[in-house]
Amino acid sequence: MAKVNESIKDKNGYHLHVIKTEKYKTNTFVWKMKAPLTEEDVTLRALLPQVMQSSTKDYSTTTELRSYLDELYGASFYVDLAKKGEYHIISFTLEIANEKFLKDQTPLLRKGMEFLASVISNPNVEDNTFHHETVEKEKRTLRQRIQSVYDDKMRYSNARLVEEMCEGEPFSLHANGTKEKVDEITADSLYQYYQRSIAEDELDFYIIGDVEEPEVETLCNELFSFNPRTPQTVEVSRGKSDSEPKEIKENQDVKQGKLNIGYRTNITFGEEDYFPLTVFNGIFGGFSHSKLFINVREKASLAYYAASIVESHKGLLMVMSGIDNNNYDQAVKIIHEQMDAMKKGDFTEQEIEQTKAVIRNQLLETIDTARGMVEVLYHNVVSKQNITIEEWLQSVKETTKDQIVAAADKIKLDTIYFLTGTEGNQS
Amino acid sequence: MKKIDFDQLQESLYFEKMENGLDVYILPKKGFNKTFCTFTTKYGSIDNHFVPLDQTDFEKVPDGIAHFLEHKLFEKEDGDVFQQFSKQGASSNAFTSFTRTAYLFSSTSDVEKNLITLIDFVQDPYFTEKTVEKEKGIIGQEITMYDDNPDWRLYFGLIQNMYHHHPVKIDIAGTVESIADITKDMLYLCYNTFYHPSNMLLFVVGPVDAEETMSLIRNNQNKKDFKEQTEIKRKFEEEPTNVAEKKQVLKMNVQSSKCLVGIKALDVNQSGQEMLKNELTINVMFDMLFGKSSQNYFDLYNEGLIDESFYYDYTQESGFGFAMIGGDTEKPDQLADRIQQILLAAKNGESLSEEALERSKKKKVGAFLRAINSPEYIANQFTRYAFNEMELFEVVPTLEKITFEDIKREAARLIEEDRLTVCQVIPK
Repeated sequence: MAKVNESIKDKNGYHLHVIKTEKYKTNTFVWKMKAPLTEEDVTLRALLPQVMQSSTKDYSTTTELRSYLDELYGASFYVDLAKKGEYHIISFTLEIANEKFLKDQTPLLRKGMEFLASVISNPNVEDNTFHHETVEKEKRTLRQRIQSVYDDKMRYSNARLVEEMCEGEPFSLHANGTKEKVDEITADSLYQYYQRSIAEDELDFYIIGDVEEPEVETLCNELFSFNPRTPQTVEVSRGKSDSEPKEIKENQDVKQGKLNIGYRTNITFGEEDYFPLTVFNGIFGGFSHSKLFINVREKASLAYYAASIVESHKGLLMVMSGIDNNNYDQAVKIIHEQMDAMKKGDFTEQEIEQTKAVIRNQLLETIDTARGMVEVLYHNVVSKQNITIEEWLQSVKETTKDQIVAAADKIKLDTIYFLTGTEGNQS
Repeated sequence: MKKIDFDQLQESLYFEKMENGLDVYILPKKGFNKTFCTFTTKYGSIDNHFVPLDQTDFEKVPDGIAHFLEHKLFEKEDGDVFQQFSKQGASSNAFTSFTRTAYLFSSTSDVEKNLITLIDFVQDPYFTEKTVEKEKGIIGQEITMYDDNPDWRLYFGLIQNMYHHHPVKIDIAGTVESIADITKDMLYLCYNTFYHPSNMLLFVVGPVDAEETMSLIRNNQNKKDFKEQTEIKRKFEEEPTNVAEKKQVLKMNVQSSKCLVGIKALDVNQSGQEMLKNELTINVMFDMLFGKSSQNYFDLYNEGLIDESFYYDYTQESGFGFAMIGGDTEKPDQLADRIQQILLAAKNGESLSEEALERSKKKKVGAFLRAINSPEYIANQFTRYAFNEMELFEVVPTLEKITFEDIKREAARLIEEDRLTVCQVIPK
């Protein structure tokens, strides 16, 4: 049931991944560009895809470009940025109707790929520089996006935890960069960065849908060609192991306090302990049957949400919860108790089985969407592994209590961050 | 069991009305791992004034009670239903909107067990004073979380501007004060009135066998007794067509300003095909006026009035409806002026063209194909449509019938100075 036929081929300067499936009424293309996360480049990399998606040589204004997408039966096209470990990843996604469900037989597969090729390889460049006004407009939008994190307190407190916790490590950088760096970027410097990025980034192209591999491969050969490269790799820094946990409190005009706790797991995707770690996280705080949900929310009524997530490639475990400003001590105490219980193996076989079942379910559901499938498969690219989804499911299934406790043993409290609305009345 | 084929889309839908009045729909989706099920009652936050089952007088209940009931239904004498689902490898959830409360699960194994768990837990309430009190802390935190969220405040601020009396202006979760009054007896009163099978719809979408699934549901329902239910009487005050407030400015702890322009909808007593056509026509019209390929979008973006957070949306339900246009902006007043100018000019046909109509229709057809990749979309939207006597799979043919005349007529009718309103969030 979970079988995913991923065919990976080495093409000129990039890897082509084709996943043939009849599930969808559309075909999805995801173009990924990966490079190390660095303070110098992060803001350039945040701006670049925005400029590339707003116009190209063939569609020289946003209106023209977007009108063309509407003509292609409202193809959906967007870019996004992510941090995976200490890499910065740009994704271009195009989802377009499969023409077999339409009355008129426009060759949408070809047109969609041509369009994407135009965005990637044929940007709106004249005299060796990007279109100046477009760059300025997108700079303004990027500044706005950087600023908007502040207004969403859940995102803000999460970003602040990472900043404090990973101070001095590349992972502390925000995927959108900084406002100050945005100001420094010019159409020239951005175009130079584009050339470097196209020449040096690790490139992966995913095609998911009811497509014929030889056909899409021929199209790729015709439309996408780059120079060979050896992509840069980075050693993920795991933080100081002997330092005392940090505790940070920040005051702001908010009604609800945001409690975020960061741990170092010292385990990353591809390592032996990784799948036991995911089971650990499921029992601890990943789901609505987890210890955090039950003890912070259901038993103590302290929060509406109390959950934990794992950052797979950097090796972090992060707890997040929204609580009353006065309940800080009680909430922290309960969360610590749950972590201690996990480390002592204070959880039942039934909790393990329940968690495995839910993880299996979650993974199978994720690969039901084209985007989810790409995200799951891309873990292999980031970590230089070759783990199939069947192997993944099997490893989770075989995880034992001892392995979960062994994974728990590696987890170290690093930073407690609290965004609070009132001064003086906590701790 | 009835089977309805949609040849162009290569989908088949199965339908049966149970003896107790419950509508059941099944849409088999081959190749998917996931089965997604929703069990929905036509009962939302606006239904706060009604005649309870077996009574004769209208009763008014506290704000936020439908949402509170949604939370409490998960708790049973022997524990939490979340637990039951996760033991069966499923994830479950629920949500309350203005007009509906939906309970759902998704799973890739043990689908039959999960389906029965879903139906049984929703049809077996268990409320005690103690658990009701405990929930007040949790929901209190949910309300406080939304209080800090500028987008939510903006959204509700705009609706509050539009409505004089209609309960759509009340926050779905109520307030910390209003939920303090909720008791277990009130929960039973609402439950008994609105959770009757004849007021509910069950939707199953996934790699299932329609015959087997239907007979499983049939057997389950035949084992249970429900009182005969007459039509539920709800009461709403008369609502003027003009907006209650022209403008509201909220000062919050934010760095970016936000601005939304709203239009209060006109034809809110429609249903069925008429409503579908009207809703789609107005949606297409806004797409022509403000879509990313429109001249207006280009100008507003160029002038630095909008960024990628800009959006527009039109919702219509029985009794209320609204359009919203806006997003984050550095110049909230200028943006409000420009959007209103564009709208009022469109009343006279400006920014509307046959060419833009054709493009927008194509775009919406593609968007529909993309949407029906999603089991969640199908189940949720189908239910919303069915509660309004509309047919989800009529979207594409109805879209194709929209003419330029329809667009011009709706623009001229809908857009009216006294139905426009503005809400802004600005930094303190």
